[in-house]
Amino acid sequence: MTTVASVHGDHEDTSSPYALSHLDALESEAVHIFREVAGEFENPVILFSGGKDSIVMLHLALKAFAPAAIPFSLLHVDTGHNFPEVLEYRDRVVAAHGLRLHVASVQDYIDRGVLKERPDGTRNPLQTLPLTEKIQSEKFDAVFGGGRRDEEKARAKERVFSLRDEFSQWDPRRQRPELWNLYNGRHAPGEHVRVFPLSNWTELDVWQYIAREGIELPQIYFAHEREVFQRAGMWLTAGEWGGPKETETVVRRLVRYRTVGDMSCTGAVDSDATTLDAVIAEIAASRLTERGATRADDKLSEAAMEDRKREGYF
Amino acid sequence: MTTTTEALSATTLLRFATAGSVDDGKSTLVGRLLHDSKSVLTDQLEAVERASASRGQDGPDLALLTDGLRAEREQGITIDVAYRYFATPRRRFILADTPGHVQYTRNMVTGASTAELTVILVDARNGVVEQTRRHAAIAALLRVPHVVLAVNKMDLADYEESVFAAIAEEFTAYASELGIPEVTAIPISALAGDNVVEPSANMDWYGGPTVLEHLETVPVAHDLAHCHARLPVQYVIRPQTAEHPDYRGYAGQIAAGTFRVGDPVTVLPSGRTTTISGIDLLGKPVGVAWTTQSVTVLLADDIDVSRGDLIVPTKDAPATTQDVEATVCHVADQPLTVGHRVLLKHGTRTVKAIVKDIPSRLTLDDLSLHPHPGQLVANDIGRVKVRTAEPLPVDSYADSRRTGSFILIDPADGTTLTAGMVGESFAAPDPVKDEASDDGWDF
Repeated sequence: MTTVASVHGDHEDTSSPYALSHLDALESEAVHIFREVAGEFENPVILFSGGKDSIVMLHLALKAFAPAAIPFSLLHVDTGHNFPEVLEYRDRVVAAHGLRLHVASVQDYIDRGVLKERPDGTRNPLQTLPLTEKIQSEKFDAVFGGGRRDEEKARAKERVFSLRDEFSQWDPRRQRPELWNLYNGRHAPGEHVRVFPLSNWTELDVWQYIAREGIELPQIYFAHEREVFQRAGMWLTAGEWGGPKETETVVRRLVRYRTVGDMSCTGAVDSDATTLDAVIAEIAASRLTERGATRADDKLSEAAMEDRKREGYF
Repeated sequence: MTTTTEALSATTLLRFATAGSVDDGKSTLVGRLLHDSKSVLTDQLEAVERASASRGQDGPDLALLTDGLRAEREQGITIDVAYRYFATPRRRFILADTPGHVQYTRNMVTGASTAELTVILVDARNGVVEQTRRHAAIAALLRVPHVVLAVNKMDLADYEESVFAAIAEEFTAYASELGIPEVTAIPISALAGDNVVEPSANMDWYGGPTVLEHLETVPVAHDLAHCHARLPVQYVIRPQTAEHPDYRGYAGQIAAGTFRVGDPVTVLPSGRTTTISGIDLLGKPVGVAWTTQSVTVLLADDIDVSRGDLIVPTKDAPATTQDVEATVCHVADQPLTVGHRVLLKHGTRTVKAIVKDIPSRLTLDDLSLHPHPGQLVANDIGRVKVRTAEPLPVDSYADSRRTGSFILIDPADGTTLTAGMVGESFAAPDPVKDEASDDGWDF
């Protein structure tokens, strides 16, 4: 950074042999974050849902520690309403890389009577308790999440290293400033740090990176014919979670998913994109954010995400 | 379709920050950059329209796009740095959107610490005011490589060239005193859209770039040949598998300069020397690597290297010291006092330290010095002398933003207390002199 004067008049950054492409810059930053956590924490874990963001996180972690194994285990919060293709993908990846998988099960909590099924069948808000209790019982001190600041306006305020108290709560007014790339991971016993290596990535970056690296995804991300019904303007997959109701009709449509989550509140979009390039072209042209297009729970209120994050949601 | 992917991938990344007073139109500028680059999507705009209507406002309030927290919306102010993302076919942007209030100096420092460019907004009707000088001083202090002066609300100044020219001249002179090497001044109206994304039809006397055009073309990579090469070791990679029984790699993100296979290197603080026998760029061997690539370096000799060490070229090693003198910005609510026992994180190394002296506090408004203030409180900028428990290889912040910076941490509760920049404060070849100061500090 010392040579400001020497670059006067040179306004073609692509001519510099040292300019990193934006994907290389984002990749390098994310790897730095993974390695900082490996260096500073005792017992980190990667939240892994089998969705594209956590798949990219896993890929980055593999590269960060190559040729050694990833020094973290994985944690999946299983809502009990997962897409079978995603669970199959999860188990295959875990086996292929010899990873250790922890599962926090929402269904267990419901069966034990600790959590109560909501009338709308949505289990997304129910994930917080199993997640936070698992973090406490396994004594995880760093929890990687695939959250991106571009997803939502409360997330735009999120730090890369985000301190959570012993109740896993996020207090947006008491966040540590993050200066340069000097991340502060200090925490008291019982507290933990949520870590977001993809903070600076956008949805399009994630897809471009998946394409560049040739990363395999669950097939539900690509256009396929599927039995769906319409609720609140979204195409939902029929299932044991309470859809469709009597007034809702199942139809067969060509759709794909932009996000992967609980089946009860994750909508599919109409699409004929069967390849990565087609998906990228579709997203680049889309006038809807991925959450706006596919997440019912974020529409509950203006601060829905902020409120859930305060409670410990990822 | 492959060509679409390639074209989208071949862009570079620019991190920049905005600075402006409350009514200078910063939100409007940010809103327009986001909106005109088609980064505000329909559902986000609808959410803003819904929220605006429920508050009884006539039109969509674009500030709601950027004020993400409940408390911010309730109070109608921005209380914290937020990061925004947008892209054009030429480049991807990360915008550190920092609040303009005087009391949030720490937020501007936070945003500027990673920025390669700062946009400082001025109201054409008010010209250069105290807050403008404060923003320029912080940009100079943080050595943000590029400074843009956006003279906003030109529509309210009849698009007069003389108004713009006078402000640009006054600001450039002040910036030059601070050591800011180059200022790009642009006359704009964020509200009307003049010279933000589209060239203005109202100011044909202006021949320079629009704000977006400048953001798209300003160089982001510098000539690294003359930089001191620095690699802070983050983590030691030892697979100990049948396939890699002897692999021992030192992983880190190159903080500055370039490293080549065959380079003689020294490991600090131990001072042991060896040569680089290999460089792996995320699993793939390469002959050369440079800042800010994350790499794994293999060394010819089996010497003791661990997290916190710094690998440097043998011919260009920094001195190590236990007495660090720096300009700092205090970012925590609890004050920093002489005698305070702290932790100092520099690169990948965290050491115990004690605040030995606070020789002065800087008044940003006029750059005057308040000698021996006794303590620094939130948002204060001052000089600090710190004694560390172990020797540290620090560079001057003027030479390296990465290896010349550090943070102080409260060992009791982990709070990030202070952001530090080692060495002289401003980049001025002819530093601003303070006559009241007799202790030689040069701000």
